[in-house]
Amino acid sequence: MTTNATEKGKILTANRLRDGEVVFLTHSGEWSENIDGAVLATEPQAQAALEARGKGDERVNLVTGTYLFDAERRDGHVFASHIKERIRSLGPTVRVDLGKQAEGKGGHFAALQGV
Amino acid sequence: MYRYDEFDSQFVNDRVSQFRDQANRRLTGELSEDEFRPLRLMNGLYLQLHAYMLRIAVPYGSLDSAKLNTLAYIAEKWDRGYGHFTTRQNLQFNWIKLEDTADILAKLAEVEMHAIQTSGNCIRNVTTDQWAGAAADEIADPRPIGELVRQWSSLHPEFSYLPRKFKIAVTGSPNDRAAVKVHDIGLRLHLNDRGERGWEVLVGGGLGRTPVIAVTVRDFLPEHELIGYLEAIMRVYNLYGRRDNKYKARIKILVHEIGAEKFRAEVESEYARRPHADTKVEERELQRISAYFAAPKFEKLPRWSATFEEARAKNKDFANWVRTNIAAHRADGYAIVNISLKPEGGIPGDATADQMRVVADLGQRYSFDEIRVSHHQNLVLPHVKRDDLFAIWKVLQASDLATSNIGLAGDIIACPGLDYCSLATARSIPIAQSISRRFADLNRQHEIGPLRINISGCINACGHHHVGHIGILGLDKKGEEYYQITLGGSSADSASIGTILGPGFAGEDVPDAIEKIVNTYLAHRQPGEEFLAAYRRLGPQPFKEALYAAA
Repeated sequence: MTTNATEKGKILTANRLRDGEVVFLTHSGEWSENIDGAVLATEPQAQAALEARGKGDERVNLVTGTYLFDAERRDGHVFASHIKERIRSLGPTVRVDLGKQAEGKGGHFAALQGV
Repeated sequence: MYRYDEFDSQFVNDRVSQFRDQANRRLTGELSEDEFRPLRLMNGLYLQLHAYMLRIAVPYGSLDSAKLNTLAYIAEKWDRGYGHFTTRQNLQFNWIKLEDTADILAKLAEVEMHAIQTSGNCIRNVTTDQWAGAAADEIADPRPIGELVRQWSSLHPEFSYLPRKFKIAVTGSPNDRAAVKVHDIGLRLHLNDRGERGWEVLVGGGLGRTPVIAVTVRDFLPEHELIGYLEAIMRVYNLYGRRDNKYKARIKILVHEIGAEKFRAEVESEYARRPHADTKVEERELQRISAYFAAPKFEKLPRWSATFEEARAKNKDFANWVRTNIAAHRADGYAIVNISLKPEGGIPGDATADQMRVVADLGQRYSFDEIRVSHHQNLVLPHVKRDDLFAIWKVLQASDLATSNIGLAGDIIACPGLDYCSLATARSIPIAQSISRRFADLNRQHEIGPLRINISGCINACGHHHVGHIGILGLDKKGEEYYQITLGGSSADSASIGTILGPGFAGEDVPDAIEKIVNTYLAHRQPGEEFLAAYRRLGPQPFKEALYAAA
């Protein structure tokens, strides 16, 4: 694995239909609860492919509300650019005992601190 | 106590089975998300940041122990062991699964609860004074009128697809604790010289992105005309309210655009056109509803309780709690207990399942099985003997429910914000927590006196920031949270919208800013002058200087 390499791109996310869990589309086309499993699309064409895949999975009622968001991969770990996506991929910053961050699915960055 | 009649019970049970079927059809794909979304919203089910969120109606903020214990049960069985009481006197669960929701609704129906009219462009569940039926200053219990409006509005075919959501608040007291001036319709009870009851009808108030104080369209509407007149208002709104732009669709925009005079004339003309006999509120019907809210059988007690006075003299912490958390009851020897859900550094409005059960038990033992939710996100035991106050305080203390800060700096209103809400632009709760910690010293809070700090995490203003004495609005500036501060808002009788002081602050700088504002007040106040009065006398200038003076 390359080190110090930073890739910027977009990730496709959604909520799983049956329980609302935040999920991210992976390379293999599965939905992962962990943002580190997400496929990062750097090219517009690849991003469009992710979106199409997402719409397909909405149609077969796996997920709902798919959309792309900005992220980057550093040292094999994925970092969401916007605070909203960081909170979605971790859980509430005011209850670090809950959500992905508490279940070992919280990606590879620290929880946001309270202010 | 409020209870369902047979009709309601059947209706709610039918709704649960309809929803069970709808949810199953969604899960199997017979319904698309676009088809299903309005159906789930009609049952209070939202999709939020981490999961589905279920908003459960607590009509008029009134609960009994069975209801509160059921909420505790749901919190543990289907959520993460806690719930969030909201500024609409409702309760939200944050971690709900779609596949569990029908079971949860069925469980709620067992105790006559539901999530109807907590979402969508309908007349939402009516809110009122959390001290209804108990307050010493009350003219009459406002809940029967709230319930009358509810029975009229539930599933009303004409008003189920309004231009936008519609909120009605009712107060039966001259001291408005229901914020009637910032609702789509506010109803306020008055007595005339002959002792007859009439309702002042206020229209077009609201918060959100366009905060407006309501205008009075009728000073004194006889009670039996209430439904007919409300119907006339709804018809004018339904006809003229904008549907082209959701941000201009609330009735406040209509009132603002055509002017209060024209709006009033339209309503009066619509009202005059209608056969009033159809909508006359019959005395018998009102009595039937009022019986649901019959006052408990209070004992004849002396005003003075030796047990209470002795405890208060001996225990300073108890005495402090009594100062802020106890309100005057209309019956001698009784008191209203306000339970703060705002411990130091806590999450405003959150209660654990254990805490719910503790309060349910106290309500059952000491308050005629009544518990209330306030729009300040606290709980209330409305009918407690003064003799029992010390015992209740001890129990509350053991469950972190005895913070003596009602109405003070630590009693902060905060919406869920970006920690939970998909509409939010910034976090609210951490700001509330940091301010709460900054003002942790209760002696200092008591010294500062009444102060309402309200925080919203977006312009929709669920945290009522416009009407906070100090309001804080969280926004997003290029991906960073920042916070705008307003001063001078109030939702009480002399309601006002706060004024923006100047440029916003980063989250970590907010507690300092609030402290500077409070210190400016302390430096300028006259003896006995509360924060809001001082601000109204001084204007924003000294506060601006304190906040923005060059370092």
